[in-house]
Amino acid sequence: MSTDLINLSAPAIDIQGLVKHYGDNEVLKGIDLTVTAGEVVCVIGPSGSGKSTLLRSVNMLEDPTDGKIVIEGIDITDPDVDIDRVRARIGMVFQSFNLFPHMSVLGNLTIAQRQVKKRGKTEAEKVAKEMLERVGMGHKADAYPSHLSGGQQQRVAIARALCMNPDMMLFDEPTSALDPELVGEVLQVMRSLADEGMTMLVVTHEMGFAREVGSRLIFMDGGHILEHGDPREVLSNPQHPRTQDFLSRVL
Amino acid sequence: MKKRTRTRVYHYTVYAVIVALIAWAAASTDWPTVAKQFANPEVALKMLPGIITVGLKNTLLFTVESFLGGLILAIVLALMKLSSIPPFRWAATVWIEFFRGIPALMTIFGFALMLPIALHVKVPGGPVGAATLGLIVVSSAYMAETIRAGIQAVPKGQTEASRSLGMSSMKTMFFIVLPQGFRIIIPPLTNEFVLLLKDTSLFFIAGATPLTYELTTYARNGLSTYANATPMVMAALLYLVVTIPLTRLTAWLERRMARER
Repeated sequence: MSTDLINLSAPAIDIQGLVKHYGDNEVLKGIDLTVTAGEVVCVIGPSGSGKSTLLRSVNMLEDPTDGKIVIEGIDITDPDVDIDRVRARIGMVFQSFNLFPHMSVLGNLTIAQRQVKKRGKTEAEKVAKEMLERVGMGHKADAYPSHLSGGQQQRVAIARALCMNPDMMLFDEPTSALDPELVGEVLQVMRSLADEGMTMLVVTHEMGFAREVGSRLIFMDGGHILEHGDPREVLSNPQHPRTQDFLSRVL
Repeated sequence: MKKRTRTRVYHYTVYAVIVALIAWAAASTDWPTVAKQFANPEVALKMLPGIITVGLKNTLLFTVESFLGGLILAIVLALMKLSSIPPFRWAATVWIEFFRGIPALMTIFGFALMLPIALHVKVPGGPVGAATLGLIVVSSAYMAETIRAGIQAVPKGQTEASRSLGMSSMKTMFFIVLPQGFRIIIPPLTNEFVLLLKDTSLFFIAGATPLTYELTTYARNGLSTYANATPMVMAALLYLVVTIPLTRLTAWLERRMARER
């Protein structure tokens, strides 16, 4: 099977000429982006710029209209690729957390380990508890998602993704649905992940996080990548007029 | 007269008329005959315990069988209706529209009498087995739409989260979407159970033997044996003993779910 041809010397994510239409609406107009292992790439831009669609294309939650997405050497736009096996190596964190409300925190963290990784109950729970400790939620293993704050839910969601031992993590505006005082705890977890060398692609409005943690910053608008470079550089000295305009509004 | 006084007088008049009507009906009722014909202890004793151990037992058995069979079939139909493959959708639509559109009595009749003749097959379980099959088909058509609505009520983010963890679409459906969908549709499914319970009274069309009589047929048999309506009154009470707790339960579940939202 083609998924056995994982090539770890290939870039983690290699996007080539990605185009996405919804009917007549062209959301992505030819995106090229390479993320090497260990990089933390932050994507910023106004709403409707296509940044979420780009992120969601990386694990095929959006079906690209044209172009290629190559994950660790595997072209996942090839219909013969077993997408489930590739997805198991890509962690994803959503704006609205999307925890499974009918399961306890432990259930949320073990279901995919058991069904996809085929781990036994004991091993899956051991991994789950380890990951919960890592995000500071070890004391809530038996709680149900509805009893947790937004920040706690998002940290559990990150732990859930980590349980699959992913090679990379995608974050789709992970703090945008949080009350301001809860943003910090989630960013803290993301920062420690980055420090441990996790490959991360992060769509965010948190410019502070992008500046301090990001190894690269991408500015998107109208379905194009308009600017691209060192986060400090881009944030303090934007070149493109659209970037200047956007940053003057948000900073 | 003040408006408030006027309203009060009006209300009391209405109550007085209602009380008078009831009193008139009670006075002109032939109570001894009613007691003898509808609540005859002698006949009641003869109906016991059979009306419970045979009639009610069979009704409950047929209802549970039809409900569970119908539920499994309905899940398949709902998934077909949501399928991306058009022939699956068409087939499910035809099935649902057809069996919802004709009386349950005809479907049961068809399975019990027409199908065996047309296909030269013997349905296991005899007439009652065929009638059960008919009711399974009827309930599947009704429940399929309910289940489809339940599946569609589960937020899309749940599917996305599950798929992004590497779970297949099949596993996502069974571990993530269906359990949440079912929670939403427990009240309508309970209603469906109550409707099925009453629809088992249609089994008479298939023909049955005394040991497979359900509640209504059992009572009708008593009615003709003793030329007395007491068995029918007993059957009605037994239906209510089952249906009222169920509908109360549904109402309670609906209130609880409304609170949770």
